Amino acid sequence: MSITFDSSTPEGAEDYLQILAPDGTRHPCPELDHWVEEIDIPALENLYIDMACIRRLDTEGTALQRQGELGLWAPLLGQEAAQIGSGRALEHDDFIFPSYREHGVAYCRGIDPHDLLRMWRGAAPSGWNPYEVNMANQQIVIGAQTLHAAGYAMGLKFDGSAAAAITYFGDGATSQGDVSEAMVFAASYQAPVVFFCQNNHWAISEPVTRQTAGYIADRAKGFGLATWRVDGNDVVAVLAATRAALAHVRTGSGPAFIEAVTYRMGAHTTADDPTRYRDALELEEWAAKDPLDRVAAHLDTLGADLAALRERAKQATDDMAAGLREAITTMPDPEVDDLFAHVYSHPHPWLEEQRENYANYLAGFAENVQASK
Amino acid sequence: MKTLTFSQALNTSLRDSMEHDAKVVLMGEDIGKLGGVFRITDGLQKDFGEHRVIDTPLAESGIVGAAIGLAFRGYRPVVEIQFDGFVYPAFDQIVSQLAKMHFRSRGNVKLPVTIRIPFGGGIGSPEHHSESPEAYFAHTAGLRVVSPSNPQDAYTMLQQAIADDDPVIFLEPKRRYHVRGEVDTDLVPEPGSLYRAKVAREGADLTLIAYGPLVKTALDAADAAADEGIDIEVIDLRSIEPVDFATLSTSVRKTGRVVITHEAGKFAGIGAELAASLTERCFDHLDHAPVRVTGFDIPYPPAKLENHHLPDLDRILDGVDRAMRRNAPLLGEDG
Repeated sequence: MSITFDSSTPEGAEDYLQILAPDGTRHPCPELDHWVEEIDIPALENLYIDMACIRRLDTEGTALQRQGELGLWAPLLGQEAAQIGSGRALEHDDFIFPSYREHGVAYCRGIDPHDLLRMWRGAAPSGWNPYEVNMANQQIVIGAQTLHAAGYAMGLKFDGSAAAAITYFGDGATSQGDVSEAMVFAASYQAPVVFFCQNNHWAISEPVTRQTAGYIADRAKGFGLATWRVDGNDVVAVLAATRAALAHVRTGSGPAFIEAVTYRMGAHTTADDPTRYRDALELEEWAAKDPLDRVAAHLDTLGADLAALRERAKQATDDMAAGLREAITTMPDPEVDDLFAHVYSHPHPWLEEQRENYANYLAGFAENVQASK
Repeated sequence: MKTLTFSQALNTSLRDSMEHDAKVVLMGEDIGKLGGVFRITDGLQKDFGEHRVIDTPLAESGIVGAAIGLAFRGYRPVVEIQFDGFVYPAFDQIVSQLAKMHFRSRGNVKLPVTIRIPFGGGIGSPEHHSESPEAYFAHTAGLRVVSPSNPQDAYTMLQQAIADDDPVIFLEPKRRYHVRGEVDTDLVPEPGSLYRAKVAREGADLTLIAYGPLVKTALDAADAAADEGIDIEVIDLRSIEPVDFATLSTSVRKTGRVVITHEAGKFAGIGAELAASLTERCFDHLDHAPVRVTGFDIPYPPAKLENHHLPDLDRILDGVDRAMRRNAPLLGEDG
C-alpha cells in the first residue's frame, strides 16, 4: 500500500473566519464583529491606503533588486491584509519579533525607508534599532524568533507589564522544533505572546501540505493556545482576530495563535523561480481573493468615493516609491571598520589585533598609491 | 575567607549575583526544588522564588531562545545546561542567535546571557555526560568562553561572567565540583581579569597550558617533573575565548617550550589554535614544536575506558619529555 499526499489546499471558505468576502460583501461574523465595530469608511480607506503602500513598497523592492540596488528582496505580495490587519492592531508598547518578510509590519511601525532597505542592500546586518520601534530585526533562521518572543513575554509577565509580544512566521516554520518549543514555553508560563502564522501556502517550493496533514491552527490548540483561523486576505477579519488575540493574552489567559490563511503571490525571494513548482491556475484562483480589491469593492457598496480614494492611494504610493529611491541613492556604503564593530560589546584583544592589522594593510596600499603619484 | 567546595563556590556566586542585581534570573532543567542535578542551585528557588529560579520545560533550544527573549527585555539570564552533551539541541540559538544578535543589531541589543555547562569527563557516566564542546563555541564570533579550575575562580569568574554584557559560555569542570579551597567572597576582581590567564606555578624550562579540569593534573605533573629536575611553568588559561596571548607569549618566550593539554580531541581543538598562534608569535624563541596532550579523536568512550582517553599525569609527562627531547617518547611525535 502506498502513501499518497493530498496536494489540494485543505481549507475551504467555511473553515476560517471571514468578514469581507472576496467580492466585497460583508458577512456577519459573531466571533469577530465586535472587535471592529468602530471601523467606518475612513478607517477602511486608511487600511486600503496602508495596503496599497506596502504593495508599492514590495514592487519597488523587487524592482530595486532587479536594478542591482538590492542584493535580495523577499516579496510580501498577496500578504498585505495579513500584515496590515495585524500590524494596525498592535499598541506602541507591544514588541514584535518578525521573520524576514514583514516589511508591511515594519511600515506600520513607521520604520523609515533607509532602515527598511539597508539590510537587503547589504549595507548593514540589519536596519533599525529594535528599541526605538519595539520591533526586533529580521530573523532569517526559520522560526528562531518565536522563542525570543516567548522569552520576552515571560519578561513582560514577570514585570507586570500590560504590553504583549507578537511573533510572525510562516507555514514552513511550523515544522521547526523551535516553534513547538516556543509554544510549550509560552503555554507553560502563560506568557502574553501572540503567535501569528501567515500560512502563505508555500515554503519556497514546498506546499503547506508537506508541513502538515491538518490545519496549522489545530496544532496550536494541542499546545493549549487560544486559536483563531482567519481569512488572511481579509484585512478587517485579521484586524479583528489580532485584537481578540491581544486582548486574550493581555488578560493573563495565556498565549494565543492566529493562522492567517493567505497566499504568497510572488517568489520566495528575488532569487527564486516559482514557475518551476507551482501552477499558474493556483495564482489565478488567489488573485481573485485579492486583499485590496475586496476592500475597494466593499467601500463601493458603502458609497465611498472610490475615485478620490484611488487618487489618494496614488499619491501615497508615489511618495513611498520616491522615498525608497531617495533612500537608496543617498545610502552611504559601510565603512571597512564596520567589519569589526559590535561583534562584542566591549573590546576583544584578538579582534582588535585583526582590525588594526587590516587597517595597516589597507593603509599600505594607500601609501603605495600615494608614492606612485 | 571561607573554605568552600567548587560547587558551593558556584552556588554562593549565583546567590550573590542575584542579590546584587534583581535582573539576574536562573533558568534550567531541575534547578528549582531539586537544586540542579549537581545541586549548584540548591536552595536558591526557595529564597528567590519561582520567577528568578525558573524550572524550564525539557527543551534546550527553548531554554536558550527564551533566555534571549528575556535578555531582550532587560533580564540577565543564567542558563544551566544539565550536561555538556545536551547543549547541542541549543546550538542554533547559541551560535546563530545569542552570538550574533549584538552584531546583527549594530550594537543596539545586548544579550548578557551566561550559559553554564558542567563539562568534561572522569565521572564514570554513560555517553553524552562527559564531553568537552569548548572548541565549537570558541570558534563562534560573538561568544566568550571561560572555564574556572578552582573554587576561588569558580566564585569570582561566574560573577564576572554574569556581569558581562556579552554572552559567556561558562564551562564547569564537573569532576572538580567536590574540590575544596579557600574562597574570598570579598575579593574585588580587577576589571577585565575574567579574560586573563594566570600563572598557576612559575617555572623556567617549559610552559604547560591547561584549563578547567586539567589544571590540577598539570600542577601535579609539574610537581612530579620537578623531582626529575624539570622546572615547569603551569598556566591556567581561564579564558578560552578570548585567549590571553600576552601572558602565554611572555611565558613561552621565557621557557622556549610549550605543552598544551585538554580533554577534548586534538584535531581542530583549542590546543591546535594555541600551538599555531604561539608558533606565529614566538617562533624565534621556540626550542621545540608545541606539543599537544589531548583526548583522542573519538566519541567519548565507555566509562571503563575513559582513563585511557583522558590525559593524565603520565601522559602529560610524556608530552613534557617530547618537548624537552628527553628519553624515548612513549606515544611518538604524533602521539
